[in-house]
Amino acid sequence: MFRILDTKQLASDVKWFRIAAPLVAKHRQPGQFVILRLDETGERIPLTMAAADPKTGTIELIVKAIGKTTRVLFTKQAGDTIQDIMGPLGRPTEIHKVDHAVLVGGGVGTAVIYPLAKALQDAGCFVTAITGGRTKELVVLEDELKKVSNAVYATTDDGSYGFKGTVADKLRELIAVNRPPSQGEPQGCRAIGVVYCAGPVPMMKAVCDLTRPFGIKTIVSLNPIMVDGTGMCGGCRVTIGGKTKFACVDGPEFDGHQVDYAELWDRLGAYKAHEKVALDRWEHECKIGVGK
Amino acid sequence: MPLTPKERMAIPRQQMPERPADVRNRDFNEVNVGFQESLAQLEANRCLQCKDGKCTRGCPVGIDIPGFLEHIAAGDLKSAAELLLSANALPGITGRVCPQEEQCEQVCIRAKGKNGRPVAVGHLERYVADWARENLDMKTLLAPATGLKIAVVGSGPAGLTCAGELAKKGHDVTIFEALHTAGGVLTYGIPEFRLPNKVIDAEVDRLRQMGVKIVCNVVIGRTFTIDELLNEEGFSAIFIANGAGLPIFMNIPGENLKGVYSANEYLTRSNLMRAYTFPKNDTPIVKGEHVVVVGGGNVAMDSVRTAKRLGAKEAILVYRRSREEMPARIEEVHHAEQEGIIFKLLCSPIRVLGSPDGWVKGVECIRMELGEPDDSGRRRPVPMKGSEFTLDCDIVIMAIGTRSNPLLTQATPGLKLNKWGYIEIDDTGATSKPGVFAGGDIVRGSATVILAMGDGKKAAATIDQYVRTKHGLPAVVPPSPS
Repeated sequence: MFRILDTKQLASDVKWFRIAAPLVAKHRQPGQFVILRLDETGERIPLTMAAADPKTGTIELIVKAIGKTTRVLFTKQAGDTIQDIMGPLGRPTEIHKVDHAVLVGGGVGTAVIYPLAKALQDAGCFVTAITGGRTKELVVLEDELKKVSNAVYATTDDGSYGFKGTVADKLRELIAVNRPPSQGEPQGCRAIGVVYCAGPVPMMKAVCDLTRPFGIKTIVSLNPIMVDGTGMCGGCRVTIGGKTKFACVDGPEFDGHQVDYAELWDRLGAYKAHEKVALDRWEHECKIGVGK
Repeated sequence: MPLTPKERMAIPRQQMPERPADVRNRDFNEVNVGFQESLAQLEANRCLQCKDGKCTRGCPVGIDIPGFLEHIAAGDLKSAAELLLSANALPGITGRVCPQEEQCEQVCIRAKGKNGRPVAVGHLERYVADWARENLDMKTLLAPATGLKIAVVGSGPAGLTCAGELAKKGHDVTIFEALHTAGGVLTYGIPEFRLPNKVIDAEVDRLRQMGVKIVCNVVIGRTFTIDELLNEEGFSAIFIANGAGLPIFMNIPGENLKGVYSANEYLTRSNLMRAYTFPKNDTPIVKGEHVVVVGGGNVAMDSVRTAKRLGAKEAILVYRRSREEMPARIEEVHHAEQEGIIFKLLCSPIRVLGSPDGWVKGVECIRMELGEPDDSGRRRPVPMKGSEFTLDCDIVIMAIGTRSNPLLTQATPGLKLNKWGYIEIDDTGATSKPGVFAGGDIVRGSATVILAMGDGKKAAATIDQYVRTKHGLPAVVPPSPS
């Protein structure tokens, strides 16, 4: 059993959790995730850790309520418990010094790139973070990012806050100013050496389409459906540069220019019908007062 | 009054009672019902009590088979159970899943001759184990506590066996399990219709009663490294039995379509996560009306029989060789046939066909013929040009084996691996890293439950000796339970 110590609602459907998980916290590195199972009948879902503190033995998760499991998790409060948390899983992010690292987070994808900011700053990078959402309410972690980044831009699709447009639109602007030099050109100011990106699949694809022509190395954190998280089931397989890889042991981070996004997007929808059944059933149970 | 050899020879092999095929293929309850006392005694009396103990030597954990059969025949089940358990910590499991036909029963004198049928050692082992679980308060006697901590990585058959043996010898054993439940492949891989969970739970509980600690949700290589366990967590030795690895796919087009599963994923969803009860349990599984399973081993049989139970109208097994080369146990093949599984032998998939919405709609196969024997001694299947045909289906399950899992081995410097990435051990179970021992599928690749258990048992003896020498303790022979 893993106790929830603290929660904070970040948006109408986004919640932050601090959870006691000392063994995970002790070894966790940026980029890694956990698999959790809420209770005896629960499914196993992967969630990237936004932060961890080995001293207090705690990890932090940011969760968007989408399907049944995340909605049930959303109802949990400080003092509640989670039956199983396994981790840390996945390969840690490879951090190298570059002049300028740009982090791009869409929605709760920002929770994935957030822990990289400090690591990149510590490595001596100038760090720019772009965090976006459809509307103001869905922009998360902006204040937290400001503490560990050199520049932070918030974007909203509807212009209700910050830059009006998508994170990719903002990145396009940034590349126009800070693109890496072409051959023979002098090194420009703060040329972007690497982009880290996490969020919805179409967003990651858009970001990679932008950076590809400039040859900017782009690392994406993928979120396919997983079961065990140790390489045993192969459910999380993704195609990278024409080769099948398992996100749980080979990833979750990959060269974004090599990812088959159409396949990833398609496979993520494999259980749409089941998700609806589970959600409807849970909502009905809540209505009649037997939901957990 | 013991029977004469002639009287014993006159008893025919007793049939294991089974539930009717058209009833059992709709649920996940156990296929075999088990012997009644009278059947068991009759069957045990078929044993000629040979003095040379070929059957015992055919057993990877060295059970005194004539001994425990003699106790059954005499109606002394308590003695039978104690003798059985002194050699085999998990008889309820091995009695169900061991390939006895290749081990003890293969060398049985009663198997000789045209009409010879071996003594049903497996069925009798199961009978005694089930009786013991219900009727015997098994207080395993433990040697005096040594206070030495030993870690076991993985709670599958090798890990459970090793932990039990080490606990008997007085050590303080902790099993680290990556998943949320103990049992390893016994839990996530083997379906309940072959091995009910209550059998595994009982064996695991018995270990707990012996003082073995089981810590779930800990992935060695990630949550802890082997070096941390040795140097910081105070373990004197470690037994690595983290099991089989990454599922192999065929590298044919269409394999990442929705509806293509590895057998590991399909069985894990159904067995470990109980997806067959969805939405009562949250984990979903795609139930196909027409399911194709690729492979010819026990895992393929488990998958195709699971598909049938999940409601498939047509559950087809595609295997590239012929029935003779099938690695699956004969009993499983028979059961599958009885349950209406369709066997498409001597053919192999070359492409998975998809619909525009990304779901499987069929699999294109090619017929094979058998050529010259390959490295495994089996005749190599050779594709027959122009023999392609299509099987319509909505689910494809790949059950063609696994490769080594790098998760632990890559995080463990000093651990010598073979060219396939499996851990190298010597005859005693020791790895190249001092204090670290290994067994089961992480050493063997893909093997059976009983071979993994044999590894666990052997390594436990080595580990006991190693830690006693290291800490200057005298060798202690634990008192036998009787």
